[in-house]
Amino acid sequence: MPIEIKDLTHIYNPGTPLARTAIRNINLTIEDGEIVAIIGHTGSGKSTLVQHLNGLLKPTSGTVKVDGVDINQKGVDLRTIRWKVGLVFQYPEHQLFEETVWDDVAFGPRNMRLSDEEVRARVERALAAVDIDPALANRSPFELSGGEKRRVAIAGVLAMEPSVLVLDEPTAGLDPRGRQDMLRQIQRLQEERHLTVVFVSHNMAEVGALADRLVVMERGEIVMEGPPKAVFAERDRLEAIGLGVPEMTALMAKLREMGWDVPVSVLTVDEAEKAIMAVLRREARVGTRGDL
Amino acid sequence: MDNKESFIVVDRVSFSYTAESGAREEAALKQVSLTVAAGEFVAIVGHNGSGKSTLAKHLNGLLLPTSGDVWVAGMNTKDEQHRWDIRQTVGMVFQNPDNQIVAATVEEDVAFGPENLGLPPELIRSRVDEALAVVGMSEYAEASPHSLSGGQKQRVAIAGVIAMRPRCLVLDEPTAMLDPVGRREVMETISRLNREERITVILITHFMDEAVKADRVVVMDGGRVVREGTPAAVFQEMDLLRGLRLDVPPVIELASRLRARSLALPEGILTVDEMVTALCQLRSRI
Repeated sequence: MPIEIKDLTHIYNPGTPLARTAIRNINLTIEDGEIVAIIGHTGSGKSTLVQHLNGLLKPTSGTVKVDGVDINQKGVDLRTIRWKVGLVFQYPEHQLFEETVWDDVAFGPRNMRLSDEEVRARVERALAAVDIDPALANRSPFELSGGEKRRVAIAGVLAMEPSVLVLDEPTAGLDPRGRQDMLRQIQRLQEERHLTVVFVSHNMAEVGALADRLVVMERGEIVMEGPPKAVFAERDRLEAIGLGVPEMTALMAKLREMGWDVPVSVLTVDEAEKAIMAVLRREARVGTRGDL
Repeated sequence: MDNKESFIVVDRVSFSYTAESGAREEAALKQVSLTVAAGEFVAIVGHNGSGKSTLAKHLNGLLLPTSGDVWVAGMNTKDEQHRWDIRQTVGMVFQNPDNQIVAATVEEDVAFGPENLGLPPELIRSRVDEALAVVGMSEYAEASPHSLSGGQKQRVAIAGVIAMRPRCLVLDEPTAMLDPVGRREVMETISRLNREERITVILITHFMDEAVKADRVVVMDGGRVVREGTPAAVFQEMDLLRGLRLDVPPVIELASRLRARSLALPEGILTVDEMVTALCQLRSRI
């Protein structure tokens, strides 16, 4: 179920003195099963863009097609679009409201008027997908840790069994353990359920590790796009718009400035180690030392 | 006891929160001891639930130990008569800048603390101007706090604390909700306050790249201090960090791997620039 965004512009408060163009002329296609990361700093339009993917915001101009259907056309039932494209907000744990974890996760499927049996099956699958112990199902969501609450909130979206999962800064504010778990679960969801995943992030290391493709936004426009290695190779451009590159990519760039013949497209410690050893071995061979 | 060696002394502190039922919960701090010298920059790292925020709240008497003592510049935090002196000596900055801002303009917000101290208006003026200058926010003095970015709001919150002239700043995950630009602004402000204004800094964080900038790192887990030392020494213990599922900074992991391949890299490489220098030196000797 590809998502096709064409010439999308969104102006908040149009026609008033407060009018502000949040995104401008966005063209973007997201293929089935892809993991796409949207990066850019606060105010660059990332959240505005993702809120168009399930019709939560309506374009000022342009179209958003899900599975070939223009979702803002007359006669399209937006609820069915929201079942297909699940949107998880920033700090979604702030929106938990039911008395138990179970009821919170079941809220969406019940609104879909599914049978009790189907609701039960979906809640169980959703909780399992985010590694929430079934024993917690009858607890109040407010008794859980921050990381657990966020996973329950994501389960609430997963229980609608969407084919596209959109997450706005899923790791913001989590501790390292919570962050590692969240990234592993997103990856697993993509692998096991072949979900299409679109996520917004500030963390260059995590987008490098997880995404197939990066979309870089600045002032409401897409300014760069491509596989992480290709995007990170343009370190100067990223830094000019206030974004960095992963630490290992920065290290390679600085070594190149010092005359090292190492590739620019390095993301991991593994790759950096190999690149550095290759240069040193090559030079040890032509030099006098042969012990490297 | 206001000597350089022991500006803050945490002496075998245990602490349990009281549940709604009135029962004591499992201890959040267990026999924690820690000494911070005047002018030091200490980072406390650990997961949510490790006790680091609970410890932070003991440093200015927001929480009092269930057992053990906390001394600030020679004053025991349990001593009622020192409560306000202690709060003025140790300023706290929290995670969410939106919850810390109270006034309609930036300068009124920063003036809030000094006004409560009952200082004369001209002294308040000069303290506010100074505090805004220190965090690099002078040009926003008349702005509405709500028009600012997250990083700018957090710097205003820091200015509000600085205007009280504390000798020590305790910051509880001040960058957790900020984007990379905001994080950098706040970290630069903290480093400058420590270096130039000689303010003692205690930074609670779970970003290891921030902890690397401290003089000393304290690792907490399950309410205890499990390791303490220079960033170079603590981050060398990658097995410990991995065991606790804290992130190992990539540069430190790379240094250790290259050493395992018998490259003669010096100890204590923490940053990309230090790694570049070390590798270039090594290469020039091949």
